[in-house]
Amino acid sequence: MDLVLQLLFTGIGIGAVYALVALGFVLIFRATNVVNFAQGEFSMVAAYLMVVFAVDLGWPYWLSFLIALAGMALLGMIFNLGVYYPLRHRSYLPVIIATIGASILLANSVLAIYGPQPQVLQGWFETPGIQLGPVYLDSQYLLIIAVTIALVIFNYWFFEHTLLGKKLQATSQDKEMASLLGISVSTMIMITFIYSAVLGGLAGILVAPILFVSIQMGSTIALKAFAATIIGGFGDVAGAIIGGLALGVIETFGAAYISVPYKDGFAFLVLVAFLIFRPQGIFGERVAEKA
Amino acid sequence: MSVESDNMRGTVSTARSRPAVLRHVPYFIAAAVLVMLAASMQFDGYVLNILLQATTFSIAVFGVSVVLGLCGQINLAQAAFFGLGAYAVGLGTTDLQMSYWLCLVAGCLVAIVAGAFLGMSTLRLGGHYLAMVTISFQQIMTLVMINAIWLTHGPDGVSRIGRPSLFASSQSYLAFCVAALAIVGYIVWHLPDTKLGRAMRAVRDNELAAGVNGIDIFKTKVYAFAICAMLGGLAGGLFAGGFAYVSPDQFSFAESIVFLTMSLLGGVASPIGSVIGTGLLILIPEWLRFLKSVPGLYLAIYGLFVILIIRFMPEGIWGFVTAGFDRWRTKTKAPPAVKPLQLKPATTGGDIVLEVKGLSKHFGGLKAVDSVDIAVRRGGVHALIGPNGSGKTTTLNVLSGLYKATSGTILLDGTDITNMPPHQRTAAGLGRTFQNIRLFRSMTALENVEIGAERSGNTMIGTGGHAALTERAMEALTFVGLGNRANELITSFSYGHQRLIEIARALAANPTLLLLDEPAAGLNSTEKLELHELLKRIAAQGLTILIIDHDMTLVSEAAQHITVLNFGRRIADGESMAVLRHPDVVSAYLGSE
Repeated sequence: MDLVLQLLFTGIGIGAVYALVALGFVLIFRATNVVNFAQGEFSMVAAYLMVVFAVDLGWPYWLSFLIALAGMALLGMIFNLGVYYPLRHRSYLPVIIATIGASILLANSVLAIYGPQPQVLQGWFETPGIQLGPVYLDSQYLLIIAVTIALVIFNYWFFEHTLLGKKLQATSQDKEMASLLGISVSTMIMITFIYSAVLGGLAGILVAPILFVSIQMGSTIALKAFAATIIGGFGDVAGAIIGGLALGVIETFGAAYISVPYKDGFAFLVLVAFLIFRPQGIFGERVAEKA
Repeated sequence: MSVESDNMRGTVSTARSRPAVLRHVPYFIAAAVLVMLAASMQFDGYVLNILLQATTFSIAVFGVSVVLGLCGQINLAQAAFFGLGAYAVGLGTTDLQMSYWLCLVAGCLVAIVAGAFLGMSTLRLGGHYLAMVTISFQQIMTLVMINAIWLTHGPDGVSRIGRPSLFASSQSYLAFCVAALAIVGYIVWHLPDTKLGRAMRAVRDNELAAGVNGIDIFKTKVYAFAICAMLGGLAGGLFAGGFAYVSPDQFSFAESIVFLTMSLLGGVASPIGSVIGTGLLILIPEWLRFLKSVPGLYLAIYGLFVILIIRFMPEGIWGFVTAGFDRWRTKTKAPPAVKPLQLKPATTGGDIVLEVKGLSKHFGGLKAVDSVDIAVRRGGVHALIGPNGSGKTTTLNVLSGLYKATSGTILLDGTDITNMPPHQRTAAGLGRTFQNIRLFRSMTALENVEIGAERSGNTMIGTGGHAALTERAMEALTFVGLGNRANELITSFSYGHQRLIEIARALAANPTLLLLDEPAAGLNSTEKLELHELLKRIAAQGLTILIIDHDMTLVSEAAQHITVLNFGRRIADGESMAVLRHPDVVSAYLGSE
């Protein structure tokens, strides 16, 4: 029982990271109708930025954190201009392929610069964690869960209660109509990419002290996050979060009770099971085609 | 998500005349010469390895060109399928001591099964699912290759892989691989002109239109995916025999990306493009060996390539070359004049061709169509009218199977089609056009109409040979007045003419009932007159028409019977003139005081 509680805590912590990246997926999907396959690389790049500033240059953690997030905002901007924007009038397939190309480009550029050795990034807090009854609460996991909760609340407030959030929603629902109402669609899409890149980056920085900082971390996280969005119901914000948490828990238990080397395979099995038996996910994707 | 895939279409193939045996001879002579050269020229080991790699990789890239170029579906796990074939030959000939040939076949079969399973679980959903699922599959395969040491020998890989005794020397094995490449290339080259190939192109260009023209979309995609996987497996088996050693890193996600880049660079829609792309991406890194000294640099450049090709050269090198070539080539002449089009709608059932009872379609709380009854008499023109938002197009979409009815029944010639998918309804005798034209935009007018003519159950095309299809399609195009422009691409036709081509596509299938969704929308007055004449000529041949339109002149002159919808409910039904004077109809259109 103690082990179960401990695993549950760990699972939710790791699931929260998937949820954050999944949220980035969903936001871009809703704004542009394409899936950004480089979403995971945003996390990877941010983690490496932290290594550069906080470890290599030895700057304060908070300053490095701010610089890394600013770097992610810049990357989101460049990504939109270089990858999505020129293809915005084409169908989803070329865009998907271009984002895959971008993912390969980002991952391997970092590999070329930093080499294949995984890097280590310290956690935010000095204290490793606290013992609560039978469960040991690692401080970094606590931080991840707290940040995720805060971001979900912020996200809700931002999209439902601010004018900018409403404009973003309008753009994602009907671009033509939004532009007729005087909303600059390209600005809204730009904001979406920046926000998603920052979200992805935040997830990467949070998870980095738990995993190693490596080239593969991006694609691994992205696959889990994508599986999370399908489990939750594609395009649904609440679904992405629930799906992410569920996946983190399933994977942690799978690794503990079934097999460690195949840990990364459980997400895939759950994904295929959902695709076969409930492709619309827990909350259901809104699919209707106009003829 | 838009189903209209406008730009991954690659080389435009102008309609080739029916491939005659003579036309194929040069290809096989060239192939035979290449095989002889491969068998007889004295290469050193380095060149031999490069040639062997290029040959086997090309076959795997053919697979990508089928699934991505022809059918418009993405596969990011080609290296995994390649690996399945390679490990089948590797483990089979070493651990199991089985015959090479048996292992090669087994590898292809395993790849087909894996490909079909992946496809069947995902292909009903959108393209982004497929991309992610294939990436996940790729990762799982890598995990298994590395961790299932009892089976795969783990990271050490499998060495001393056998070859057939007939091709024991590297030189003769290369010749064997070149022969395999030539045969597979021949098949892939001619695939677009087969029934399956046309179906794939139709699915790529416009899924909805493919469905209502009798193509089983899901099956077509699964076939494309399985063919791709099989070619991957075959290529892998050949590769393993050639290099005698395989290890997990040769079949990683990075290799899948390499296959994708090869296909995109050369030209995704053509096997020639595949060979060009593969050759270049094997040779360039050999020339630029210094790039390999920095890990990652080389793949980073591939990633950049992918973005740039998609942006600036979506049809690849071969597409670019052929597009230039096409400009200088005189247009292929349309086939000669033909017999007039015969419409022989089936007459098995009774007097009522289409009987709709209590049909409803609800979107959440919105009752778009609410228990509507329609009875369409055989041989007549029946109009369905109503103000904007009255549920006309929704009704048509439920009739043709694009939406699932919430309740009610639809009988076509006595057959219950209520729960059939679109392609089965088409086979049962339904034909339709769309309000916003849905043609296969990368094809010629003739090819579009051929796809219509190809519907299963069409009694007017004999055994369905290509000559009969072309003839039927030409008849239908001539019937609408566009026979002399049959070999032009859809994009070169005016809006009004595209409408006519859509009607010709439906007519070529010889339907029992023709559904026309606002055929006069967007037409000028001359075109409307022509459309009216056309409808008369169709009706004169006894084909039953159900038409939706706003143009009251057209409707009142063409239709004998009118059903009126308002807010999803039927408010009037009967003989045309009586219905148009009905007070409810007048108030629905003009408002009441």
